[in-house]
Amino acid sequence: MKELLIGNHALARGAWEAGLRVATAYPGTPSTEIIEALAGYPEVYAEWAPNEKVALEVAIGAAIGGARSLAAMKHVGLNVAADPFMTLAYTGVNAGLVLVSADDPGLFSSQNEQDNRFYARMAQIPCLEPADSQEVKDMTALAFKLSEEYDTPVLLRLTTRIAHAYSLVELGERRELPLRDYVKDPSKYVMLPVYGKARHYVVEERRRRLEAFAETTSLNRIEWADRRVGVITAGVAYQYVKEALPGVSVLKLGLTYPLPDKLLKEFIAAVDICYVVEELEPFLEEQIRARGLKVTGKELLPRVDELNPAIVARTVGKQVAAVEPQLAPAAGDEKQDAAATEASELPARPPLMCPGCPHRGIFYTLKKLQLVVAGDIGCYTLGATAPLKAMDTCICMGASLGVAMGLEKARGADFSRQVVAVIGDSTFLHSGMTGLLDMVYNGGNGTLIILDNGTTAMTGHQQHPGTGFTVAMKPAPKADLEQIVRALGVERVQLVDSYDLEAVEKAVKEETTAAGPSVIIARRPCALLEKGVKTSCAVDELSCLGCEECLELGCPALSFNGEQAVIDPLQCNGCTLCAQVCPAQAIVKAGEAK
Amino acid sequence: MSNKVTNVLLVGVGGQGTILAGRVLARTAVAAGVEVKVSDIHGMAQRGGSVVTQLRFGPRVYAPVMTPGTADYLVAFEKLEARRWLPYLKADGMLIVNDQELPPLPVLTGAAAYPANLLAEMEELVKRMLVIDAVSLARQAGNVKTANIVLLGALAKQLPFDRESWEAALAASVPQRFLEVNQKAFQLGWEQ
Ligand SMILES: Cc1ncc(C[n+]2csc(CCOP(=O)(O)OP(=O)(O)O)c2C)c(N)n1
Repeated sequence: MKELLIGNHALARGAWEAGLRVATAYPGTPSTEIIEALAGYPEVYAEWAPNEKVALEVAIGAAIGGARSLAAMKHVGLNVAADPFMTLAYTGVNAGLVLVSADDPGLFSSQNEQDNRFYARMAQIPCLEPADSQEVKDMTALAFKLSEEYDTPVLLRLTTRIAHAYSLVELGERRELPLRDYVKDPSKYVMLPVYGKARHYVVEERRRRLEAFAETTSLNRIEWADRRVGVITAGVAYQYVKEALPGVSVLKLGLTYPLPDKLLKEFIAAVDICYVVEELEPFLEEQIRARGLKVTGKELLPRVDELNPAIVARTVGKQVAAVEPQLAPAAGDEKQDAAATEASELPARPPLMCPGCPHRGIFYTLKKLQLVVAGDIGCYTLGATAPLKAMDTCICMGASLGVAMGLEKARGADFSRQVVAVIGDSTFLHSGMTGLLDMVYNGGNGTLIILDNGTTAMTGHQQHPGTGFTVAMKPAPKADLEQIVRALGVERVQLVDSYDLEAVEKAVKEETTAAGPSVIIARRPCALLEKGVKTSCAVDELSCLGCEECLELGCPALSFNGEQAVIDPLQCNGCTLCAQVCPAQAIVKAGEAK
Repeated sequence: MSNKVTNVLLVGVGGQGTILAGRVLARTAVAAGVEVKVSDIHGMAQRGGSVVTQLRFGPRVYAPVMTPGTADYLVAFEKLEARRWLPYLKADGMLIVNDQELPPLPVLTGAAAYPANLLAEMEELVKRMLVIDAVSLARQAGNVKTANIVLLGALAKQLPFDRESWEAALAASVPQRFLEVNQKAFQLGWEQ
């Protein structure tokens, strides 16, 4: 039976069919749906780990323990998990271990667009790159097999257009595998220097065997056509090549590390001119050139942003069309025969905080107090955008605390009175705790605001160790943020209601002026999760002065009709922030709306 | 069915139901035995932002995304989004646009103005254009939230799939208790 699946669901299905037993992840677009889907299979133990490092470590333990295991993360998640990852390459596995890295070319929902194929090369482990959902499923099964045959973790690299694109997939049945024996073997699993060195030789020897495998595996295939032009490609770029350059010969690499030396040489020798079409970095291209082979790639193609058929047609296609127009039919028309050209001045429609978002009032207050805000990653990063514009830095998850501490150490304790660090609850538990510990340990005076909305909102409301539920919605112990920060050594801890602007402002003023580290836990559930009676606010037309102060909140339920503020009762959730900032008390809670 | 690929672009604002409409169309196409690829936007970009679903079907479909100027149908759930994505529409493609204005944040805060006369401007640019008051029709069907299905019904009328496959796909995509109102909404769109 064929079903239309996104790559992530095809991956979950493929892993389940391959006898997967343990799956772990921390959410991150575009990887999140993998674990969410796996949690639905009774044969699989699935969990949300507090962060990617822990996720990978759990997968390592499971693999050593004899169970096929999988860890999934977005590209930047592998930076967090890089430490276990690099040494896992030395220890190898017992049962198969597949590490999924979902990269995000084009930065649809990420802070950078790093190309994680380099991680496979750095660790000398196989990298698989599927080009549609069917390949995702097939390669997942194969990845487990490879992992066991070569005693290596396997990096399965997806990109947004694979992970989140639907295509047809043939479903199969699960093959149950027995647990492999657990064998105590310190020389393999205890990476003391002496054992580590011995294992490094094993890594080298394994890579040579994988290079031989690369020559013959059906993961790499040549599609012979016109031999005047050859294209080497992988992943979704393969689809763009097939679309923009029909009729050229293609070497499609499903295994992008290590590369098949002989196959590359044969292919390049057999065509008149050879291009490499790959998204982001010249990962394949540089390795091919290092062999003294002549190919053209990034001289023509961008290293920034995702590719698409139009870019391939415009760049490589143009040169190919000079050889033979039929090989690149779309390359000729500079501008497609479109109904319209781009309109110059359309107002943008950026993502924004939802009506009733508990983060809004915090950033309104920080802006009002003109503080320097060391930010972090989550829905609240939108506090950096207009009209709030109340964030100064956002580097990676957990960075707010270290950055605030560094600002203080650079500019002195006086400056720290103008600085706050802001972090979400999921992010704090992911990688914020150690930064706070640094602040306590090294005598910082910073103030941390934890935005506790009781969920991982940005990636679609996943549970985390502070919510009281597991990924399978089973009750779990609930990490107590207040106890945690106190245990880390913070003495000044305040709890405030995120909707109470006066209380928020008072707490921020107190804690930024106080000496020593302090934490404000601002608590309110994410507005999208608040069910029950919906209320809304309304503008009293007799009292509204038209001062537009409420618009400074950047709430999508509020607008201005030229003279007065207007509230859309369908969007408003009655959080009352606008009523609190109105100097004329012209906004009132309308009671219960329908 | 012809052996070329048909490109459909569904655009709107996060929360308008473009994804569900795309899902029903995808199911219908799959049932017809053609190859289908769909690409949506997830994550942060969704929060009230401009959203797009790209859907392509035909005997053989490679890329999950389409090239500007190649959309056979642009279904816009909001007027400003219709204009924003109009460069994706082919010269002889069809625009189906919901006559609804959802001001984006820069307009709400007064930093920008919502463009006037969008429909008239697009009328000039597009050869085939269908304007639908999907919100009123959805209300007439019994639930304003079915405006997406009204628009889908209008698109469905243009596509080469039979009515039964649409009904089956709809039934497989919406919860049973909302099926009847969605069927009504679909019919009202179909009649446009
Ligand atoms: C290392 C890493 N993992 C995952 C992500 C994706 N991601 C960004 S923020 C975030 C968590 C957001 O949750 P929280 O901090 O509670 O803020 P909220 O969105 O709920 O406001 C996630 C999962 C990332 N950017 N980097």
